Amino acid sequence: MRRVWTTKVLLASAVAALMTVAGIQLYEHRHHSLPIIAGPGVTKVAMLSDYAEGLKGTPADTFVFFLEGKEAGGKILIIANTHSNEPAAILTSLIFLENAIVEKGTLIIIPQFNNSGSRNTRPGDGYPLYFEIPTDWGKKKFRIGNREASPLDQWPDPDVYVHYPDRQLLSFLDVRNTNRTWPGRANGPLMERVTHAAMEIMRKEEVDIALDIHGAETMFPVTNCIVAPEKSMRIAMLTSLTVKAREGFENHVEPSPSGFRGLSHREIGDYSDALPFLLEAPIPFLDQPTGPKTVDLLLDGKDPFLLSLSKKGKLFVPYDESGWPMDKRVGQHCSVILEIMNQHSRKYPEKTTTIRNVPRYADVVEKGVGYYFHNPDETEKKNVYDI
Amino acid sequence: MPFIMILYYVITLFLIGMLLWNFVREKKSADDMLLYLLVLIPLIMRILRVK
Repeated sequence: MRRVWTTKVLLASAVAALMTVAGIQLYEHRHHSLPIIAGPGVTKVAMLSDYAEGLKGTPADTFVFFLEGKEAGGKILIIANTHSNEPAAILTSLIFLENAIVEKGTLIIIPQFNNSGSRNTRPGDGYPLYFEIPTDWGKKKFRIGNREASPLDQWPDPDVYVHYPDRQLLSFLDVRNTNRTWPGRANGPLMERVTHAAMEIMRKEEVDIALDIHGAETMFPVTNCIVAPEKSMRIAMLTSLTVKAREGFENHVEPSPSGFRGLSHREIGDYSDALPFLLEAPIPFLDQPTGPKTVDLLLDGKDPFLLSLSKKGKLFVPYDESGWPMDKRVGQHCSVILEIMNQHSRKYPEKTTTIRNVPRYADVVEKGVGYYFHNPDETEKKNVYDI
Repeated sequence: MPFIMILYYVITLFLIGMLLWNFVREKKSADDMLLYLLVLIPLIMRILRVK
């Protein structure tokens, strides 16, 4: 009997020690701050909760940055980190936030859309907790988040997520996925309140274009593309053709399915006047048949298993020994965003948006993403925001 | 806190109680003891509301 209790005490102590060590790491990750800089183009900073009371004081609240030109024109909303394990999105949005100068029109940027998801992780897939981007002044450290918001912030999950308002049945996990909870509602689950707040921004600010930046597996057909509903299709097609002709990279167009509800590229267009576009860049880190989920895989996208599958024609994107580096993915996003703005301005001259000081594909690939990030320690504190 | 959340916390407490009871009653298998403890982790974290 005494031996049994000794075993129990030893086991309980070992589990408590493991729980403490792992718990401290996860606690630090959840509370790690990422300092970002409001660049010279930022004219106003708001909170998402300014547009939806239900978010005030919750872990889902997040910063909304406005870059307003001297002249009125088109209004563009950039949403990044809808899925926080697709980091090309936040890197692209920060390039715009820290560098863009808007001369005509307005740019609205939400760099950390699913704030709760960015403080979550996926231990079952062995995700690293952080990654670093080299810059001229040192390394900038980012959290690697998860696709869904943290269950610490929105719990319990239902058995099945009944989408609002269409009542389509979705996976239970999608109740925490901010690309399934559009258009949201003011008093719904927390992630529905997040998407509802973004819809309110689009309706109140009369946004013309909404860009939701993502990444997708190389084995998934909807990758390396612009997803657009009927109303955005013409601009998406012209953008795709132009970047291919002028900048030499593929970015095909996928139609937004009308029967699959809750996605930004569907609901934004149906519930506001904005033209939605969802941008996908390949991210080999998310593919299942890869080696370990390392920071290197996240950043350079090189994996021997994917290379082997590529030779068998199983991938939906070109893939060779060079992988899919982060600079290439971010560069594509920058160029596609600028080209969508350009095509929209050509079609609606009264809604022209003129932006300068944002690099295009070739610049980002040549200089690297980190080249465009500024040192928070050498920036006026009033322009530094922790997200 | 909504009533449904209170119910979920009550269910969590009930499951913790059952797992602890099984852990105390287990006399032979160290594997089972360990499994009871591992399953307890998320439930305890939930009750403690550590964020």
